[in-house]
Amino acid sequence: MSDGDASDDLTDAEAVDGVSDADAGTGDTADPPENDGQRFDRLPATADERVVPGRPTREELLEWWEQRYGIPPETWDGHTFWEKGNGKLWAFAADVVSPIPVEGLGLRILRARQEHWKPSTNAVQRFGTDATRNVVVLDSEEATRFAKGEDQELPRWDGDWGYVIAAHEIAGDSEASETPRATGEAGDVEPIGVGLYLHGELRSTVPKGRREDLS
Amino acid sequence: MQPLERYASLLADYDAFQAACERPLPSVVRVNTLKASIERARDALDAASVAYEATDWHPGVLRLEERGPGTSWPYFHGWLHGQEEVSALPALALDPQPGEVVWDACAAPGSKTTQIADLMDDEGLLVGNDNNLGRLSALRHNAERLGITNLAVTNQDARNFSFKPFGDRSEDEKRIEAFDRALVDAPCSCEGTIRKNPDALERWSMDHIKGIVGIQKGILRRAIQATRPGGTVVYSTCTFAPEENEAVLDHALEEADCEIREWDAPEGFETDPGVTEWNGEEYDPAVELAHRVYPHRNDTGGFFCAKLEVTA
Ligand SMILES: C[S@@+](CC[C@H](N)C(=O)[O-])C[C@H]1O[C@@H](n2cnc3c(N)ncnc32)[C@H](O)[C@@H]1O
Repeated sequence: MSDGDASDDLTDAEAVDGVSDADAGTGDTADPPENDGQRFDRLPATADERVVPGRPTREELLEWWEQRYGIPPETWDGHTFWEKGNGKLWAFAADVVSPIPVEGLGLRILRARQEHWKPSTNAVQRFGTDATRNVVVLDSEEATRFAKGEDQELPRWDGDWGYVIAAHEIAGDSEASETPRATGEAGDVEPIGVGLYLHGELRSTVPKGRREDLS
Repeated sequence: MQPLERYASLLADYDAFQAACERPLPSVVRVNTLKASIERARDALDAASVAYEATDWHPGVLRLEERGPGTSWPYFHGWLHGQEEVSALPALALDPQPGEVVWDACAAPGSKTTQIADLMDDEGLLVGNDNNLGRLSALRHNAERLGITNLAVTNQDARNFSFKPFGDRSEDEKRIEAFDRALVDAPCSCEGTIRKNPDALERWSMDHIKGIVGIQKGILRRAIQATRPGGTVVYSTCTFAPEENEAVLDHALEEADCEIREWDAPEGFETDPGVTEWNGEEYDPAVELAHRVYPHRNDTGGFFCAKLEVTA
């Protein structure tokens, strides 16, 4: 399967300027094992177990979700992590032999091997309900623009720059997201997708195949 | 419409059948409980003034009054999946459990796969296979939109499905060599989709059916082989032709280690028993335990579904 199909929201990172996608970090000249784009390889637990240069570890990944978004590491207790394609990481609810030559394995959760890791829309919709940091809560008009894929000025945000979780309030009681968010107003919010916040502007990275006009 | 006239002999109320086939199908969504409870999804639809009515037989299968599901927040969040009402049956018959190893042999674009994942609570291993790479991309897109993480996607001819990618015959303790359950939602002549695609029968021919029957038998045979003894295999199609339904089951009963099991359709959903005689052919009486779904009974598309147990 080509990694360039329309549903692939991780490749959208390349379409967003301002964030470098260049450093793939593939080691030096001694012919180390390389990432093979045709199969899935389980991520090493820690750096000590790393064989393929530049491959993120499970530990790094859990730390990253916690540091950037406050998502507790236990969130991932039931998941294994895999790389297929350069830096494309997948979360899988089971464990299987590694490497495994299949077309898909769980959910693509983020793109690593670049300076700023980029979570996928589908990952934050599913796991971002546990986030407590870098959650930008949008009002209904802003949320609608975001879902359409539009960029917008958002000077009120004074949190971190970079990839943030855009969320909004939606009717219906959530059992899943009781955590009060550092940035959110009162009440429950539901993640919409991933925004890139730069220079006072919130850019929507909702991939083409997921955009909707909800106005 | 012509090809359907051959079923007049099966239906005392053929006129009602014919009239239903000419009506367009209501637009239906299924709530994806991996992302939202049925109650929450319904509240959100209410708040967005999307009118719907729950089906008589399932609180999470909703008939929408108007527009498609694509234009509401609950849909955007992956709380809903557009799925024809009748197509929710086979996953219920399969009854997959969290933690099991389950195969969807003909999975794309994934309406039933995603429902199976939901029933498994996204735990265990679900293998979604299809031989059509283009359609697999739709399967992946749907599964990811719904937040499913227990799905492995493979691109094989289901008739010769190999566990090789999963490490069979290796020493690896994570290898997988058999399924607990398998769904064969077979490619078919699609007569039952006439309400959705009015031109569904344009390419209908007996030769086409004869060709496809070979594929159906081959996939069902492999599914039975690949499932552990005591495991469950569900066979379904969206067509009425007994050649593609009861005859395929009859063949499996004769050639493979399996028995048809009784399975009750959900309360409030009316089905007809499988037919044991057709065009001078007689089938194993057990095929009566299969379910025929005619469009006029529940105002749905047409369907066929049977539950088998693997015996050796
Ligand atoms: C009725 S459709 C499946 C619909 C799907 N189960 C769903 O609910 O969305 C039948 C599928 O079988 C696939 N198919 C046809 N021949 C096949 C084969 N030999 N092996 C695997 N898949 C096959 C087709 O590509 C098609 O996607």
